[in-house]
Amino acid sequence: MADIQQTDPAAENRQQVLHQGLMAIWANLPGWGGLSAVNHTTVGLRFMVTGAVFFVIGGVLAMLMRSQLALPDNTLIDADLYNQLFTMHGTVMMFLFAIPVLEGLAMYLVPKMLGARDLLFPRIGAFGYYCYLFGGIIIMVSLFADIAPSGGWFMYTPLSDAEFTPGRGPDFWLLGITFVEISAVSAGVELTVSILRGRAPGMTLKRMPIFCWAILTMALMIVFGFPPLILASILLELERAAGMAFFKVSAGGDPLLWQHLFWLFGHPEVYIIYLPAVGIVSTLIPVFARRPLVGYGWMVFSIVLMGFISFALWAHHMFTVGIPAAAQAFFSIASMLVAVPTGIQIFCWLATLWSGRVVFSLPMLWLTGFLVVFVCGGLTGVMLALVPFNWQVHDTHFVVAHMHYVLVGGMFFPLIAGLYYWLPLFSGRMPSQRLGNWGFWLTFIGFNTTFLLMHLTGLLGMPRRIYTYESGLGWEWLNLLSSIGGFIMAAGIAVIVLDIALHFRLGRRAPQNPWQADTLEWALETPPPPYNLITIPSVDSRHPLWDKPALPQEIASGGHALADFSHGFRETFYTSGVNAHVQSIVRVPGNSWVPLHCALALAALCISLLTRSYLVAIVISVLSAALLLRWSCLNGAHPTASPDDDHHADRPPLHSRTQDGPGLWGVNVTLMADATLYLCLLFGWVYFLASPDPLLPAQMPLRTGLLWGLCVLMALAWLSYQRVVRRARSELKPDTGASLQMGLWLSCALGTLHVLCLIWLIMDSTLQFRELTHDAMVFFALIYLLFHSVLAVLITILQIQRLRAGYVGAHRPYELIVVSPWWGYTHLLAWSVLLMFVWLPALWLS
Amino acid sequence: MIIPVLTTACSRPLSILDPAGVAATEAASIWWGLFAFFTLVFCGVVAAWIHALRRPPDGHLSEPQLHRVDSPQTQRRHRATIVGGGVLLPLISITTLLVLGIPAGNRMAGLGIDLDQALQIEITGHQWWWEVRYPDPADPMAPPVLVLRDTLHIPAGTPVRLRLSSADVIHSFWVPRLGQKLDMIPGHINELFLQTDEPGVYPGVCAEFCGLGHAHMKFSVHVHTPEDFVTWQNTAGIGGSN
Repeated sequence: MADIQQTDPAAENRQQVLHQGLMAIWANLPGWGGLSAVNHTTVGLRFMVTGAVFFVIGGVLAMLMRSQLALPDNTLIDADLYNQLFTMHGTVMMFLFAIPVLEGLAMYLVPKMLGARDLLFPRIGAFGYYCYLFGGIIIMVSLFADIAPSGGWFMYTPLSDAEFTPGRGPDFWLLGITFVEISAVSAGVELTVSILRGRAPGMTLKRMPIFCWAILTMALMIVFGFPPLILASILLELERAAGMAFFKVSAGGDPLLWQHLFWLFGHPEVYIIYLPAVGIVSTLIPVFARRPLVGYGWMVFSIVLMGFISFALWAHHMFTVGIPAAAQAFFSIASMLVAVPTGIQIFCWLATLWSGRVVFSLPMLWLTGFLVVFVCGGLTGVMLALVPFNWQVHDTHFVVAHMHYVLVGGMFFPLIAGLYYWLPLFSGRMPSQRLGNWGFWLTFIGFNTTFLLMHLTGLLGMPRRIYTYESGLGWEWLNLLSSIGGFIMAAGIAVIVLDIALHFRLGRRAPQNPWQADTLEWALETPPPPYNLITIPSVDSRHPLWDKPALPQEIASGGHALADFSHGFRETFYTSGVNAHVQSIVRVPGNSWVPLHCALALAALCISLLTRSYLVAIVISVLSAALLLRWSCLNGAHPTASPDDDHHADRPPLHSRTQDGPGLWGVNVTLMADATLYLCLLFGWVYFLASPDPLLPAQMPLRTGLLWGLCVLMALAWLSYQRVVRRARSELKPDTGASLQMGLWLSCALGTLHVLCLIWLIMDSTLQFRELTHDAMVFFALIYLLFHSVLAVLITILQIQRLRAGYVGAHRPYELIVVSPWWGYTHLLAWSVLLMFVWLPALWLS
Repeated sequence: MIIPVLTTACSRPLSILDPAGVAATEAASIWWGLFAFFTLVFCGVVAAWIHALRRPPDGHLSEPQLHRVDSPQTQRRHRATIVGGGVLLPLISITTLLVLGIPAGNRMAGLGIDLDQALQIEITGHQWWWEVRYPDPADPMAPPVLVLRDTLHIPAGTPVRLRLSSADVIHSFWVPRLGQKLDMIPGHINELFLQTDEPGVYPGVCAEFCGLGHAHMKFSVHVHTPEDFVTWQNTAGIGGSN
């Protein structure tokens, strides 16, 4: 426990008073009340600890697999169980360990590094955690009931279809993982908005720590990269449970569409996992080299470039499916080009170490391990990008070796380095040296024994995902040694876990900023209080703690902004995007049970869909919608949020009394994810239309005139809403509540008419969505539009209610502005459905 | 220990490193080239890192340089390192790989060979066996003249064209010592060019996870000398092929 020591007793006094006052506002509730905590420190720790538990589970599954493969013709584990094991190992490690642990680390560290008190949507973060926890538990239940998914963690169709896997296994995956993905997408939205708009004053983008750049890129990649999988999972689940034909050959569908959608997610996913590690390495190396990072601008450029390029690589997982040679060449070149940003990163780190004075430590040992393992993995990746070589080693243990090198080297090693580095921050104690060294060497040696040899195993022709093999193929010794290596690595992991656990008791107390680092998270007391900084400093350099070593004391004695806590709210700044000028004050929510209740409702929905109890599912859906809409009401001027305007000449305004705030950007970023999902549907649709001889219905299944009509209705509804917002925003002619209300009622009426027409259109159509992929996709597009239109009407009705209650109005236009993008999106969507699903095929195929 | 392991690798029935077919030989050469080049790159980067960790700081810089602002000369050196190592080295390597690799890939795919004259064989993957059909060369639309299970007979020294598909889930046809794999996807027909000059029996495996029996879904390719192939055809009752 390191308190910030003041030299002056008056300063010490002020620090105590401020600390007590802030704790009263920011502390978690005691006992079970802790479940209502929403602050980023608690939620981030929960993600990390839960992720660590899933890591151990995934590791045990791997040890079972290696035990089976240690000997030829082994009968320890049969084919069915082995198939469940490798599917669950991949699923647990990728979805329940890698992403959540990195999200947790990001949620924990980012506000501290940015000089903020919290992230900007704390309840969303807490909700995401519960969705992750419940989704993870649901998936694990399948393993213990021996009905786990067994089609591989990428679930290729037709094997994962109802015809070839009739049990519930794939449904656990499709529903459970989609549930967990809510937590990933919500973290993506929250981190994006918080990093762009929730920084300390003066922390321009050019002064922002590299870790935050890496997390920002990761968060945006999640926003664009997860929707393809969410869409694919929904389509496959509809195919399994309702017989809708998206991937069925007999209906004109294509099993390859699943692969395209999956890998459109799958490739960015591995860079989503790697980029936070780049952030960790870029944070630690300057500290241990005792000098600023060489090539800050180059590093930012390479991170952003990597984010973009990673979306153009997906088909390198599909070089053997028969895509045209030109496509293979494109994906091959693009996959190799990602070596450029990677190379830039490695050489920036090398230059920093080379020109600095390196202090060796346990984190640096792990970073050296990272370099060795990750570079090896990256190089085998470039080998795999070369198509003719890929044609031989695809789907062999060579790929398994490559992927473990890049994932363990590129994520696990930096993660442990970061864990040891930030351990004094988490706990106030230093990590050990002796036990830590044992942990490293056992893990490093064990890992390389297992996986280095595995390259050769693959070159000798051993395919992936086989539960046993015969002797005489040259694989026996290699598998036995790999299995032994696995046990050595497991011992190493056990030592690390022991080391971390023991250090909470036996670790030497850490001094303030024990590594003499430059970033703001070390300005806090350790362990950090839930409010982070007692006052918010202005930042004027990239290395605040190197340039002003006395900054922690100044902050703690009330020397900077937001020192007043008498209002009783949790306050942090809302700043401009590039230059971080203060625009308003955000009163972030405190302890709340809403996230837990909503997550429980969605868990119940997930279970009812799994058990195919559809009547129950409908009831629970209505309940979930009600709970979520109720949550949206607990904002702005609502009595439980911030009811008074708090106008002071010397303070910035509250964000909900301005015309810009986190909520608006939260909606915008969420719509980017939503639009990506729709674009993936369009991708599938165009893929279908472009297939040789697509299977079309005998006649047009929709009343085109009606579709036109409902697009026009939506346009009018949107125009009406826009008029309301314009009048509410204008300060020249302040409008009365009554006329604003009328405008909203008009939007609702037109929107409701649109919804009714859309329902009529669907029910009146002759869509054969079980027999024709064409009709299944059109049907899905219409339901997707219906969902958006219904929601537009519902949230506008809520706005009317809030207008009448006085929370929203001409002098408080913020919420009306926040809802506006939803109307805009729904309006564009309606026209797009008409254009893409009716006009386009008519033009193209006639 | 590496040498005995590698030499035994050169005599294993499913080994990519013991090629017998035209395509497999290309792939094996590509592998050795990649291995040699990238081992050098790997050793270079790791050596640079270890040296960077251990080298004493330049001259007078004995204290932490936390406030350090690099001289323009140093900044130029840094930029040169980053551009040289991070941009030029990868770009040159990539260009070399593609210049050598793309033609190799084309050769492995049988580009430039008139596959219309090749022996045509249709193979359909099932859970968990291989249906091998020899179409009637005179009338491809007629029923096949021969249907085999889990086995394939081809002549050495001439190109063979395999038309691959699946009756159920995705499988993948792979004979590592002869050539590359190609997936068998329901609703698609993928064509694989295969040629070898060495008679023998070559085992093959399914290389795409296809369910419970995936690990046991194997087949064998019997490569005959041209004379023996004619004998086999006569025995099988399908005399007179192209």
